[in-house]
Amino acid sequence: MSETFGRPLGSAKDAINAATRAVPPWVLYALAASYGGWVFFEGATGRLGPEPIEALEHVYGLRALQVIILGLAVTPLRTFAGLNLMKHRRAIGVIAFFLVLAHFLVWALLDIGQLSAIWADIVKRPYVTIGMAGFLLLIPLGLTSNNWSVRKLGGARWRKLHKLVYPAAALGGLHFVWLAKGFQVEPLVYTGVILGLLALRLPFLQPKRRARG
Amino acid sequence: MARRYTSPLTSADVTPKGLYLNRRQIMAGAAGILGAGLIGGGARAQEAQAPNTFEEITTYNNFYEFGTGKNDPARNAHMLTTEPWSIEIDGMVDNPGTYMLADILSEMTIEERIYRLRCVEAWSMVVPWNGFELNDLLDLAGVQDGAQYVAFETALRPDEMPGVSRPIIDWPYREGLRIDEARHPLTLMATGIYGEPIPNQNGAPVRLVVPWKYGFKSIKSIVRITLQEEQPVTAWNSYDPREYGFYSNVNPNVDHPRWSQATERRIGGGLFARRQPTLMFNGYEDEVASLYEGMDLSVQF
Repeated sequence: MSETFGRPLGSAKDAINAATRAVPPWVLYALAASYGGWVFFEGATGRLGPEPIEALEHVYGLRALQVIILGLAVTPLRTFAGLNLMKHRRAIGVIAFFLVLAHFLVWALLDIGQLSAIWADIVKRPYVTIGMAGFLLLIPLGLTSNNWSVRKLGGARWRKLHKLVYPAAALGGLHFVWLAKGFQVEPLVYTGVILGLLALRLPFLQPKRRARG
Repeated sequence: MARRYTSPLTSADVTPKGLYLNRRQIMAGAAGILGAGLIGGGARAQEAQAPNTFEEITTYNNFYEFGTGKNDPARNAHMLTTEPWSIEIDGMVDNPGTYMLADILSEMTIEERIYRLRCVEAWSMVVPWNGFELNDLLDLAGVQDGAQYVAFETALRPDEMPGVSRPIIDWPYREGLRIDEARHPLTLMATGIYGEPIPNQNGAPVRLVVPWKYGFKSIKSIVRITLQEEQPVTAWNSYDPREYGFYSNVNPNVDHPRWSQATERRIGGGLFARRQPTLMFNGYEDEVASLYEGMDLSVQF
């Protein structure tokens, strides 16, 4: 079985891995930046419907969750499917951070627009509090997503610090669930996927590594 | 003899049909000629009263029977069959029965009413409705003594309403008013917008408009009206009574548990418009505050 199926599957995997490895990271940054800018332009020119602020808030927030999910999928994809996106994990994380930042800025500056009201919402509205907490957890990750910081912190401490993305992602999902009006499926699906990807990191689910011991 | 409501907004405030499709360009042009410094508070207040465009009113809707996205009703509501349409009027009335809408309309006086609409989600519009007073319909049915409340029900048609396959709320959508609220001259049964037949996404062919209450009280596509003694079960109130009160009068001093109701976003202002302060009873305090005398509006919200 493994003789007949293993080889073609393995080569398909290798082809995908080779193709994604060939993409330079700046391409991802450029795509993300132009997408973010384009959506903003659409909002400013009336192409996002009659209420562009809410639309922008939602687009940036939803895309942020999707990119965070992609980032959380990198390790399980390698462990369980043999697909290697490691090279792009930093770009994925940085793009997610900027999407969350854009989501926050649209809310704070365009939607609320008043410092006292922003603060009141953060302390009084649980779903805002949760979203804000998730954003704060991502700030040190955004600031240390560079080679200098990895060297300075050392690989082990850097990896430990970047595990903050786990609670941040869970808070992001909960933030989405909490703001829904009525019983809605989509936020529950996002949160379920996030929790599932986090569960794949549980120690007993890790495959045994033959080479060690 | 209820006094008929006369709007402080007149037909002169309604942008002529030829202009409403591109009102914003015209306003922008006018502002450019006048210069920003010359536009005083009065001019700005008037602009705040100007009705939203037909496009804004018909593409930004909450009508969960057709999807939860703001644009979903505009895309999906064409599936709703609105002709023929009948309303069952039952409960404590002298003339219960199934009324054809066309027969009702032949008895009613259609008026234009330019009302503010304030959604519980803290956005607002100004809509030039056409419709008749609910009071007149209640007189047609003959309300019996002892009827304290009016219950309303929206059509429930899974074949025509893609949204009802999901249990977002306990379908059908239901709403209710106290009898004095229902008989108030401001309370309208709308059948048109800008003189056009009301589009499906706005609640065709006939919907309630209660301008001093949050928008979800103004139930759409009504198929049943019941006069009764007890307070009706209503959709959002039974979904979460802590978040959506039976009365749901617009009140900037009583926040929704998850967000502030002190300000609102006026639809159509674009990406850089500021929020506006929300008015008590959505600006209809003089007309309706007496209905709630002696009530603690933070308890009976």
